[in-house]
Amino acid sequence: MVLVFAESGDGRIKKSGQEAITFGKKLATQAGTTCTTLLLGPIDAPGDAGIYGADLVVHLPHDGFTHFDSQTWSRAICEVATARNAEYVVLSHSSRGKALTGRVAIRLQAGCVSGVTELPNLSSGCLVTKGVYSGKAFASLKIATAIKVLSVMGNAIQPTKDGTAVPVEVMDLEPGKAGVTFVKTDKVEGTVPLPEAERVVSAGRGMKGPENWGIIEDLAAELGATTACSRPVADSDWRPHHEHVGQTGIAIRPNLYIAIGISGAIQHLAGVNRSKVIVVINKDPEAPFFKAADYGVVGDLFEVVPRLTKAIQDMKAAG
Amino acid sequence: MNVLVCVTKTPDTTAKIGFVEQNTRFDISGVQFIMNPYDEWYALVRALELKEAQGGKVTLISVGGADCDQVIRKGLAIGADEAVRIDVQPVDAYQVATEIATYVKANTFDIVFTGKESIESNGSEVGAMIAEILDWPFLSYASKMDMEGPTATVDLEIEGGEDTVQADVPFVISAAKGLAEQRIPNMRGIMMAKSKPLQVVPGSGVAPRTAISSYTMPKEKSAVHLVDPENMSELVRLLKEEAKVI
Ligand SMILES: Cc1cc2nc3c(=O)[nH]c(=O)nc-3n(C[C@H](O)[C@H](O)[C@H](O)COP(=O)(O)OP(=O)(O)OC[C@H]3O[C@@H](n4cnc5c(N)ncnc54)[C@H](O)[C@@H]3O)c2cc1C
Ligand SMILES: Nc1ncnc2c1ncn2[C@@H]1O[C@H](COP(=O)(O)O)[C@@H](O)[C@H]1O
Repeated sequence: MVLVFAESGDGRIKKSGQEAITFGKKLATQAGTTCTTLLLGPIDAPGDAGIYGADLVVHLPHDGFTHFDSQTWSRAICEVATARNAEYVVLSHSSRGKALTGRVAIRLQAGCVSGVTELPNLSSGCLVTKGVYSGKAFASLKIATAIKVLSVMGNAIQPTKDGTAVPVEVMDLEPGKAGVTFVKTDKVEGTVPLPEAERVVSAGRGMKGPENWGIIEDLAAELGATTACSRPVADSDWRPHHEHVGQTGIAIRPNLYIAIGISGAIQHLAGVNRSKVIVVINKDPEAPFFKAADYGVVGDLFEVVPRLTKAIQDMKAAG
Repeated sequence: MNVLVCVTKTPDTTAKIGFVEQNTRFDISGVQFIMNPYDEWYALVRALELKEAQGGKVTLISVGGADCDQVIRKGLAIGADEAVRIDVQPVDAYQVATEIATYVKANTFDIVFTGKESIESNGSEVGAMIAEILDWPFLSYASKMDMEGPTATVDLEIEGGEDTVQADVPFVISAAKGLAEQRIPNMRGIMMAKSKPLQVVPGSGVAPRTAISSYTMPKEKSAVHLVDPENMSELVRLLKEEAKVI
């Protein structure tokens, strides 16, 4: 059996959770088995996990799972995995997933691979692919243990939505005493967080100063995109640190990455080169970023960006 | 506070990545190795700040061969008091975490620091595994940490924001940007590092559970399609009709 731990928030299955379920279902089909989805804490319609591929849902609704704690949550996941003889445990390579995956693997005495980018190859054993060297290469790893723990990279798989709600088994499991005490959450309201964003508009030192970011925000708003920036921009406090992408910032893989006034240093590319489509806007035709780009515009960003925003508005107006 | 900082070596961030032996091994020729940035810039410096504020000792630990010593010496030059190297070629996170946790059990530490990930493995596995083996709390992707007595109040990076949580020592914490400000070793630190203890101990012999079978390079991008800067509706058309991303 494949057990998927799907994350939820605000009473719904998160996008990363949907991706993990679809991944788990496809893996189960390959392995000739079924996919059970585990949900922790209060959630409105747990059976909806079936929409993304789950065959069965196990729900632990206890209030004690409202706030995240890697110790109690990994214990709960492993308890369900062991009781139901899970052969594979699938998680998301999200902030919570990163705190859980290693713990779950240790408890289950399982080999684990985190940040998996493709379905495993099961033709001889279990061969799993993930990005290494910050996206500059991929590695195929062989997992030698009976139980295997995988965490799925964000945007590595498109959640399928053609299933229907499935039966839910509610379990009355108490989480026990958490290792950490929750104090508060601060979230940037209104935008899709960078690791989950499908479209990203990113800008660099070519912007000259923080006062010029209006054109970036306008373009992002028009595209429904999240904004990002290069490291020197965050380091000079032109933009908040959580927008910094690259080898030492956040690694992302959106469908569309638009890089504006960013030269394309190797450390920047390391965090964004897995994007599906890259558009580069730079006045220097020799900027290294053009080598990594699908579409390029050589021009002054202060003219090109408002023109692009306008063109998108025109497209929308034309329907 | 008795603090252990896990440090690993990684190829320099500008290194050209290549493979040898039918793409089964990383090609080290011409590659400079550095201390993993999260270990050096944030984990180690925050550990040193804790010692400066409350006293105690900062120990570095690295699982690897003699080729790690240069990175370990740099950590000593930045200010760590002493170091241990577990003399094992690391194959996977399980093996590294087991070796480190074994060392922690045989000694006394209040806090174990790791980086949020190695920029080589992109794993984010070792810290969580150490925490589980020790059955300690794990503070993952910490961007701010205040200590008061035995209690840490910590900001953790989450998608689109941060969680604030509290935990008492002992715990494992993984360091993200913001936790501290990078320090450059000075001449005095470099001289003093030469006489600080670097103990080399044999590994426990634990076997890894995963192994790399081969590497591949990402597909080469085809040449960039340049669009006239005057004609942004053409770019919009391409993104919509050809790339199908808007
Ligand atoms: C260890 C290490 C880790 C690093 N990690 C990261 C990381 O994670 N992320 C990251 O981003 N960087 C990282 N860096 C920094 C990286 O090497 C580059 O210095 C940085 O990415 C450059 O940022 P930039 O492209 O915004 O600025 P610049 O390199 O200064 O480029 C600005 C670009 O804007 C263009 N431009 C200027 N004016 C205009 C205009 N009017 N219209 C159009 N284009 C214009 C210029 O042609 C130029 O290409 C790291 C460096 C090191 C040493
Ligand atoms: N060989 C090693 N020796 C000591 N610490 C390590 C080693 N490998 C990884 N670590 C630590 O674990 C962190 C996360 O690594 P990883 O799980 O490989 O992404 C690193 O930032 C280091 O602090």
